[in-house]
Amino acid sequence: MKSVITVLATLATSFTISMSAHANVDVQLDHAPINPTDAASLQAGARTFVNNCLNCHSAGLVRYNQLKGIGLTEAQIKENLLFTGQKVGDMMTVSASPRDQREWFGNAPPDLSVEARVRGVDWLYTYMRRFYRDPSTATGWNNTVFPNVAMPHVLWSLQGMSEARVEVEKGEGHERKTIVIEAPTGGSMTTAQYDRTIADLVNFMGWMAEPHAIERRNLGFLVLIALSILILLTYLLKAAYWKDIH
Amino acid sequence: MSTPPSVNRQRRNLLVGTAAAGGAAGLAVAVPFVESMQPSERAKAMGAPVEVDISNIAPGEQKTLEWQGKPVWVLHRTRAQIEGIAKSDELVVDPGVEQAQQPSSLKGNKLRSEKPEFFIAVGVCTHLGCSPVYQQDQDRFYCPCHGSKFDLAGRVYKGVPAPTNLVVPKYTYLSDTKLLIGTDKKEG
Amino acid sequence: MAAADKIVTTTGLLGWVDERFPLTKLFREHMSEYYAPKNFNFFYFFGALSLLVLVNQILTGIFLTMHYKPDAASAFASVEYIMREVNFGWLIRYMHSTGASAFFIVVYLHMFRGLIYGSYRKPRELIWIFGVIIFLMLMGEAFFGYLLPWGQMSFWGAQVIVNLFGAVPFIGPDLSVWIRGDFVVSDATLNRFFAFHVIALPLAICGLVAAHIMALHEVGSNNPDGVEIKKTKDPVTGHPLDGIPFHPYYTVKDLFGVSVFLFVFCTVIFFAPEMGGYFLEANNFIPANPMQTPAHIAPVWYFTPFYSILRAVPPVFESQFPGVACMGLSVMVFFLMPWLDRGAVKSIRYRGSHFKTWLTLFIVSLFILGYLGTQPTDVWGRFGEGVPFVGGAERATWGARLFSVVYFLYFILMPWYTRWDKTKPEPTRVTG
Repeated sequence: MKSVITVLATLATSFTISMSAHANVDVQLDHAPINPTDAASLQAGARTFVNNCLNCHSAGLVRYNQLKGIGLTEAQIKENLLFTGQKVGDMMTVSASPRDQREWFGNAPPDLSVEARVRGVDWLYTYMRRFYRDPSTATGWNNTVFPNVAMPHVLWSLQGMSEARVEVEKGEGHERKTIVIEAPTGGSMTTAQYDRTIADLVNFMGWMAEPHAIERRNLGFLVLIALSILILLTYLLKAAYWKDIH
Repeated sequence: MSTPPSVNRQRRNLLVGTAAAGGAAGLAVAVPFVESMQPSERAKAMGAPVEVDISNIAPGEQKTLEWQGKPVWVLHRTRAQIEGIAKSDELVVDPGVEQAQQPSSLKGNKLRSEKPEFFIAVGVCTHLGCSPVYQQDQDRFYCPCHGSKFDLAGRVYKGVPAPTNLVVPKYTYLSDTKLLIGTDKKEG
Repeated sequence: MAAADKIVTTTGLLGWVDERFPLTKLFREHMSEYYAPKNFNFFYFFGALSLLVLVNQILTGIFLTMHYKPDAASAFASVEYIMREVNFGWLIRYMHSTGASAFFIVVYLHMFRGLIYGSYRKPRELIWIFGVIIFLMLMGEAFFGYLLPWGQMSFWGAQVIVNLFGAVPFIGPDLSVWIRGDFVVSDATLNRFFAFHVIALPLAICGLVAAHIMALHEVGSNNPDGVEIKKTKDPVTGHPLDGIPFHPYYTVKDLFGVSVFLFVFCTVIFFAPEMGGYFLEANNFIPANPMQTPAHIAPVWYFTPFYSILRAVPPVFESQFPGVACMGLSVMVFFLMPWLDRGAVKSIRYRGSHFKTWLTLFIVSLFILGYLGTQPTDVWGRFGEGVPFVGGAERATWGARLFSVVYFLYFILMPWYTRWDKTKPEPTRVTG
């Protein structure tokens, strides 16, 4: 918890974050302040995901009633997360076909079921907080983590809009362009609130990418304890047999 | 081959201990493999209760829907069909509905249904699992595989291969026209 | 009975079986009366461990096959179905994916053991040859299996490797189409790779493993001293003085080794199944997309040294065939080991400085090539900017070339440096 506050505080004070413009690869990523065992955070993330992401992106490998794994009951899933006409046993798909979407957006928005394992939670956390206005793109938005991304800033009404300027730094024989994002204005949330919302969303996406991750670790401890006993026993057994071998 | 007895005892204890621990570990390893052959989470989710609207089933008509991958019938019995069931009492194996082939609340209920008009049953023959056919003209269900016959309460006729009545699943009326099949509680 | 002169000493059920099947005889020959040198060290665990991992792969593979669908339209989703919906499916899948990497780790250590103690030398040439064939089969098994999750890395990895066959002069293009069964990697390719992965190669590997062990038990095990224990036998019992029965001594020792191995193996399975992208690559969580190649394609770590050799060789007359041939040779050359080594002794313990230097150079080359193989190239055979630790594309490219040459020189020069080496006299008995 302490570290979460520290991270949030650091972020709140550093409104302007500069990053190298061309380098998609070595962007400095912020550490996502998430706790995968925090059910409230996962549930908040699920709501954000269903209400905002699931309009265009599917999560077709996830079943709605799998969300029982983050502590929701079937009734809660039905009331809060289902679109009309859907059943709790349905997969989290979108109604628009990928072909239509390719026509509308130029790119079919990827399925997000395992996105957190492709990008990593830190990437997602940073990406969702680094949109800026760019009149030169089709959507009017651009992103420092994912330059020229096809996706517009869907959550701009929460974060607000950020303008950006390019700073050119002249070094010895080379120049370095840096996109500086300014503080967002006009959002309904404070920066801390928005960062929390995104952290919850990313937390949920992390859960969704590997729903059994917690179970895996918990079982792992038991297995390693059992194996430690086996190591001890087999060592003693080996020693008992080998003491007459010289 | 003459080792002192003390050595043997230590070895034997360790052997027993290791074999027990190893055996337990082996059994534990078998669990996930055996479990993986059980119905998956998705299959179980498919087995979740299904809702059905019965307002548009005309009297004498049968609607088939899928629950747990099996056909489930909702038969809207006419008044004449309901009365006809009593007449088949002497033709069937279990006229008193004693066999445990329905939710306990329906035991002894000759119509084998919560409301007389609507008969709900799993459409799988109790002989070898074929799906019988509703023969409206003869007021019975007839299994095409081996000729088993059931009356319109799903009671099996005497002298046919099927040993027991058709299974009636748990179900709940959510309203007069909405039926939830697969559960006997309101919340679910 | 046919074998009238057969003497069966066992009684009861075992006796009944023994009269009809050589159960006790087999157990004696291969376990309780198979005399193994008493001085096996750490490196001698990895044969048994390879067998353990093979069993793990077959067992988990069978259960994965129950849920996996070898169909381009549903393969990716069926793997995620296993990960999400099948009871303990995630565990079985991680055991299999971690097992794949573990297999190469134990097999590489097993081979390294052979290199340092001269286990490939007379009279064990056939054991070594069977082993190299198993290694080749294993590489095929890993390659075919890697396509099955039908992710981006699966698809483009297979695309690149199959296209390598296109570099073979004259028949190349037709050959790669024949391998794929299509003009690109497709459903047909997936289906046949599945067939190779789940039945053809496992069957061949199991048979070869049996041959490998039978050949070993025919001539007896080598040991860290490289001396033949059969030369000094107890005049009374006729058993090697430096030998101990495999059972119970090495069965209990291997049990301990197995426990330690399982501890490490399970730590990866339960706490780091992706192993930082080395065991499961992030890009392979994107479904295969024939329209878009990921920015950076690299094979899984166990193939990277050979992949580096492939990329290090510049095209000759615009043909990549020399690179492909060198990569093939870099594995095939292992077959020649028993005849390349002319040393007076087997074990590194009694070898001179030439052998030790070349072996060190070889291992260093292998690691550097392995590292370079994980790094992206911009143009074929050339590395991108900013390869860490090495300092730029030029140095990386030339580094790969240099160490590829060193890799081959280890083999090519072996007949000379092993013969000229100043060896120490081999003892007559093992030193413990």
